[in-house]
Amino acid sequence: MSVDVTKSKTRNRFKPKISRRVLLDLVLVTAGIAAFFVFPNSLGFMTRILIMIIMVLSLDLVLGYAGVASLGHAALFGTGAYAAGMFAVYASANPLLGLVVGAVAGAVIAFVSGLILMRASGLTLLMLSIAVAQILFEVVNSERDLTGGSDGLLGIDMDPILGIYAFDFFGRTGYWYALIVLVLVFILLRIVVASPFGLVARGIHESHERMRAIGTSVYWRLVGIYTLAGGIAGIGGALSAQVTELVSLESLGFNLSAEAMIMLILGGTGRLYGAIFGTVIFMTVHHTAASIDPFNWLFVIGGMVLFVVYFVPEGFMGLPARLGKHLGLRK
Amino acid sequence: MSMGLEVSHLNKNFGGIKVARDISFDLKPGDRKALIGPNGAGKTTFANLITGTLKPNSGSIRLDGVDIVKLKESKRVKAGVAKTFQITTLFKRMSVRENIRLPILERDGKSHGWFGRAERFVAVEDEIDELLGQFNLLDFAEMPVQDLAYGQQRLVEMALTLALKPRILILDEPSAGVPSSDSHIIIDAIERLPKDLSVLIIEHDMKLVFKVASRIVVLVNGAILTEGTPEEISQNQQVRDLYLGARHEH
Repeated sequence: MSVDVTKSKTRNRFKPKISRRVLLDLVLVTAGIAAFFVFPNSLGFMTRILIMIIMVLSLDLVLGYAGVASLGHAALFGTGAYAAGMFAVYASANPLLGLVVGAVAGAVIAFVSGLILMRASGLTLLMLSIAVAQILFEVVNSERDLTGGSDGLLGIDMDPILGIYAFDFFGRTGYWYALIVLVLVFILLRIVVASPFGLVARGIHESHERMRAIGTSVYWRLVGIYTLAGGIAGIGGALSAQVTELVSLESLGFNLSAEAMIMLILGGTGRLYGAIFGTVIFMTVHHTAASIDPFNWLFVIGGMVLFVVYFVPEGFMGLPARLGKHLGLRK
Repeated sequence: MSMGLEVSHLNKNFGGIKVARDISFDLKPGDRKALIGPNGAGKTTFANLITGTLKPNSGSIRLDGVDIVKLKESKRVKAGVAKTFQITTLFKRMSVRENIRLPILERDGKSHGWFGRAERFVAVEDEIDELLGQFNLLDFAEMPVQDLAYGQQRLVEMALTLALKPRILILDEPSAGVPSSDSHIIIDAIERLPKDLSVLIIEHDMKLVFKVASRIVVLVNGAILTEGTPEEISQNQQVRDLYLGARHEH
């Protein structure tokens, strides 16, 4: 039948795209491994990048896929960090258990705050998300007996991972640990984003009205997406607590939320890779510019943001396609 | 128990303005009714009251004898009431196929899974192909909706809504924005809708209304003026004065 021919033709068009993606994934993982050997003296900094990528990936799920702009993502990251940190100090120093604790704590706080946040939208939601993070900030700040307050949570001393790989002074174990967790988180997100749940998230991004008209409970779906993002940001926070063996109040601070959003916008929203490239670019430029001129480095970041917003609104990830268009390589 | 949609004594006020006055109306399985009326008569308001986008101040809406007036919009969709939008509201950056996949997954309760690709259900993909075939959209299946011509977007709009397998389908100005030379495409699509589906068409294009509707309801100032066959409506002096007459003036 002629219909069947068309059917199979249109359906198979997806295939080459997927293999190109897998290739890029492998390149990225290789780069992550190679970086360990190329920059052995910057392992601490590079570990921070890996952890931040997890945080920005989580934000991408909320902002890039579901289209919900939040400036309080540090609430989820910081909760994960404090939960894992306090778990290590008061209960068990097992790193993997701590990761789970961080993830659950991040998810719980996201669910609870999401019940309120997702009733709002736009600017109201943005303001409320800041408020949630600020409330947590103040709670942690005032409970100094438990959390260390503004001095930060000290006294974390992690056990070796799986009882074998001890955290070392040079941060070698920390780097591998963060890299592996990041790869796992990325694989999880890649699967989720391609799932029906991910399709619904993109649908919500495009039109709440239409999603309601096809029978979706938009509110509960958003709460679900936010909860998943909370779990992932919580994992990031837990990693940072474990690797640096310190949790500071900044992990709940407004700066962290804002920087995460800038990293995501630089890299490009809604495509996972954007979170990776945006974070690497932001943190590397920040690191370099701040060491050259500790007072004016923000100008460089500001310039980059302006460039992206005006010339490549889809982020640095959209740059190759745009250049190709200009050079006449692609339609 | 009466089958189909039964609306009785429906009222809706926006502040002091009455936008629906004591509307009683029914739609049986297989009916093709059109709702016409001058601009601002409250046609879209009426549609929104049926879908649950708006809550009435009083009155009842029954579907197969069951009162659905308290159900939220998303619940009414699951009960079988669906509406196309007057202004095309699609998932513009998604492909045509994805636009149809989403409502089918939602309808079948398959839209919750975190694992497994969204396109893995063979039955769902077959159904998408069938629907796209019905609306002559198969060749555009992988194109982003935003790249389609407006008339085709209107067809996607109908296909998407039909994918919900509704029993009551409300078409809110299906030919709005479509050049009149192309309105036969929309008419064709309406004529090919499942025979047992109840369809309410809100429309300005009289050619389309007279072509596809078996009965016409005239709404003026939020109240039903009259209902009848296209023949009766075109003969009705009141309708001519109030509605068709007003059109001739410009």
